[in-house]
Amino acid sequence: MKVAVSSQGPDLESPVDPRFGRCAYFIIVDPETREYEAVANPGVQAAHGVGTQAAQVVGSRGVGAVITGNIGPNPMRALSAAGIEVYAGAGGTVAQALDAYVSGNLTKVSSPTVATHSGLGRGGGGGRRRFSTS
Amino acid sequence: MTTMTDRADRRVIISVASGKGGTGKTTLAVNLALALSAFHDVRLIDADVEEPNAHIFLRPDLEGSRTVELPVPEVDKDRCRFCGRCAEVCAYGAVTVIADSVLVFPELCHGCGGCTLLCPEKAVTERPRAIGVVEWGRAGEVAFVHGRLNPGEALVPPVTRAVKEFIRPGGVTIIDAPPGTACPAVAAVSGSDYCVLVTEPTPFGLNDLALAVEMVRKLGLPAGVVINRFDLGDRRVEDYCARQRLPVLGRIPFDRKLAEAYARGRTAVDDLPGWRDRFSALGREILERASNGRRPRISDVSDP
Repeated sequence: MKVAVSSQGPDLESPVDPRFGRCAYFIIVDPETREYEAVANPGVQAAHGVGTQAAQVVGSRGVGAVITGNIGPNPMRALSAAGIEVYAGAGGTVAQALDAYVSGNLTKVSSPTVATHSGLGRGGGGGRRRFSTS
Repeated sequence: MTTMTDRADRRVIISVASGKGGTGKTTLAVNLALALSAFHDVRLIDADVEEPNAHIFLRPDLEGSRTVELPVPEVDKDRCRFCGRCAEVCAYGAVTVIADSVLVFPELCHGCGGCTLLCPEKAVTERPRAIGVVEWGRAGEVAFVHGRLNPGEALVPPVTRAVKEFIRPGGVTIIDAPPGTACPAVAAVSGSDYCVLVTEPTPFGLNDLALAVEMVRKLGLPAGVVINRFDLGDRRVEDYCARQRLPVLGRIPFDRKLAEAYARGRTAVDDLPGWRDRFSALGREILERASNGRRPRISDVSDP
């Protein structure tokens, strides 16, 4: 079963990106053979709705699980509905995160670990003017 | 009060905006509305729908309200074949299709209707979702309108557009815009005849004024500047305005009495001697510039 790891770079030695919706790449990888494909995240620069769009990107690759640092409420709901497991709290390189996953050292979550928009990295709050949309 | 200067087919729309928050937009908008209402039919529209506050100073008697709704999709899961066309067309990720699951995220939906239109199975229908409210009434001579976005909602412009539907032919409409230069501010100032940018002589005031000037230039709006607390800070805002050929329409001093009136929810025009005349003069200056800067509107052109 393939998994998707949110990553700051396009290979297994890249650091895990703690943000799901706004990560640079998804590494779609077989945790056993380590055969992988790097998919650039089209939502990295988008203004809105990146979490649910990221869920669709990894969902369309047929993964059974997502490995990331944090996950917000919208992608959590989308991934759950599609039966995709979510493992949060991953760090280090993508390869190290896969090791942790294989050895059962990552936490499977069933509810969001952060609030929506946290991936914007400006303190994670709901600052009044920042997230107003057009 | 209608006078000779108000022709029924004439209307002037003044927006009051600022890059930076807390510079005095509402203070200016409310005082201008009160001062000009002695000479014109004045309508004040508080378009800061995330945090409306003009009502605190005008204390209007509200006469009516209406809910602002957005059409959001609902998917008939029996008809859906999970083709993903709806998700593909949605720019905001408000509809997602993963494997054989389709989900709608109403709070992400901008109500464009694309998914409904393009669903080949006709599985998508729309239902209205309330995102805010518009309330209107009168504060003495001033007609009053404001909008309120429901708590937790992020989508401001539909509520802004709903309050702006209350712009009427004739008279003077003053729009109190939200701070910033993002969609809520753009939605508020668009279509006005003149934009008054309120700022303060501080580094933050200058930085955000420059952003607001970029916004109004992009929108093609004639604009001038009011410097609040002009006697604090430095001269860099004045120098900037001179370089940019932006008229400085008024300078409001840092005055403890103004601050005290504000803190009590009172206005300078009503409470402090001399201020009605000063805001009347400023209002006339702005109206003059707004009328001169007006481009012809369809109604102007077609009127005999």
